[in-house]
Amino acid sequence: MTAMQPTTTPKPTTSEDARRRVSPFRPLVRTPYYVLTGGLAIIFLFPLVWAAVASVSPQGGTNQANGWGFGNYVTLANYQSGVVAYIGNSLIISSLTVVFTLAISLLGGYAFARFSFPGKNLLFMVTLAILMVPYATLLIPLYVLLNKLGLQGSLVGLACVLTMFQLPFATFMMRISFEAVPKELEESALVDGCGTFSALVRILVPAVKPGLITVGLFAFLAAWNDFIAPLILISDSTKVPLPLAVANMRQQVMGIVDYGATQAGVVVLALPCVILFLLLQRHYVRGFMSGALKG
Amino acid sequence: MATTTITPSAAAAPRRRRVSRVRRRAALGWAYASPTGVFVVVFFILPVVLVGQMSVSDWGLFAGNKGINAPDNFTAAFAAAHFWPAIVFTLKYTVVTTVILLGLALALALLVQESNRWKNLLRTAILVPSALGLASASLLFYALYSPQSGPINPWLQSLGVVTEPISFLGTATSALWSTVFLIVWRFAGFYMLLLMVGLQGISGDVYEAARIDGAGRWQTFTRITLPLLRPSLALCTILCITGSLLAFDQFFILTKGGPDNTTITIVQLIYSAAFAGRNNLGLAAALSVIVLAALLLINLVQFRGLRGKDS
Repeated sequence: MTAMQPTTTPKPTTSEDARRRVSPFRPLVRTPYYVLTGGLAIIFLFPLVWAAVASVSPQGGTNQANGWGFGNYVTLANYQSGVVAYIGNSLIISSLTVVFTLAISLLGGYAFARFSFPGKNLLFMVTLAILMVPYATLLIPLYVLLNKLGLQGSLVGLACVLTMFQLPFATFMMRISFEAVPKELEESALVDGCGTFSALVRILVPAVKPGLITVGLFAFLAAWNDFIAPLILISDSTKVPLPLAVANMRQQVMGIVDYGATQAGVVVLALPCVILFLLLQRHYVRGFMSGALKG
Repeated sequence: MATTTITPSAAAAPRRRRVSRVRRRAALGWAYASPTGVFVVVFFILPVVLVGQMSVSDWGLFAGNKGINAPDNFTAAFAAAHFWPAIVFTLKYTVVTTVILLGLALALALLVQESNRWKNLLRTAILVPSALGLASASLLFYALYSPQSGPINPWLQSLGVVTEPISFLGTATSALWSTVFLIVWRFAGFYMLLLMVGLQGISGDVYEAARIDGAGRWQTFTRITLPLLRPSLALCTILCITGSLLAFDQFFILTKGGPDNTTITIVQLIYSAAFAGRNNLGLAAALSVIVLAALLLINLVQFRGLRGKDS
């Protein structure tokens, strides 16, 4: 991909001309624009803000019937094994997936970018082919396969499956990250008697750090939020991750759904993602710019 | 692309040493690529082979493999009670979602592509839902659409727009549109970003030339932006169609296939064949193989159509 300019102004002169011409009426022309775009922003932000506000506001049929407060979060905290256990499961799954994805794609990206070995192109193509095979259709055989490997219902097995689905994007991303680093950088170290592995750790890892952050962020968001893989692969209800626990919580009392607790669950689920996204937005956008999604 | 790196000292050395060096580099390359290889073989190639084997075997959830029974699973799949309704519904959902989502994403991309403070804020606001998981977003809208806690009906009633509360998930049509709205909300930013990358790849010179030739805004859009954006639009279409055909989380959480089994998708069919009641992994595998074949065919046709028009 070519380097991206943050701004593209396809027709700078026309818009400037137009602006100069309409300048006396500019506030009149611009107001509908701000109303329209402001309305758009509100539509996209409203559900999130509503969930956060509703989770602490008084509602009949919830633990927070009168006045404002954190009653719904108390319901959530005391649900079956307790929300802490489910957050723990989610954290274990997400961190294992991030670590596996980073380790495998770092070594794999290095191999694909810097070495030539028989079967290299075949392995790379097969890795990308994971994208072509829909996720849901592989979960049935994976369920059987994990049983055979003795990983049935284990968080490690689930993390391995989630890692596999991250590999096409992660491997592509790390390969182009390594290819963007000038070869001279590591060659001088190799000439100085440094092994390829210590050259990788000492010199190349700092150089490909932005790529690693992007890969890690995508892996975290995917693993933290995944629903269908744990639904199929994890049968022990104490081991389920948070999205599944919140979804199951709705069906506890026949016919009556505790919407307050559901909203609290959504807030707990969404908060880490939204915070990470706002902090790392630049790296998120780079994932798109890289062309890795075009693989 | 990395070919064998030959440092000056090695180039001067005898040929034999160079050959052994090349071999050593190849072995090192394999060593670094081996974790990728192991994962791809164990968690991708083996399952693909296994799904093929399972689809032609009598394979119960608890009973395990009871040997080949081809083509019973496929006959059972085509005869399954909800098979054809699920296919029709999934296709309908896919067409509606793809058209609305990509149209809106393109409009948004054109709206916010230039960079200034307000547009950057707007972009972030549109992108934030993309950080949420589909399951979290579905749970959020489950509460938002609910008759008890949803805020929309009280507002509409107080404004006098409706007298009776709207049932967002109560009828087949409203459940479909409510789900489409959720998906558009969750994914508009994602596709907007992909299209923005495409838009920024179009050189300013082309627009300049069009302006000099006296092209209007609409002409510039239809004759320049759209054709040059084709690769990005094609990528978005492929991603969106694939994603929609595999829809599961949103319907599983929002409608559970209801009302009256009108919103069952193909993946839900696979799930219920394997786990909810029938416990027939062979049937689920056969359904998976059918979906897999259909998707490969659809993507192939799309790639073909793309290349045909390009050349």
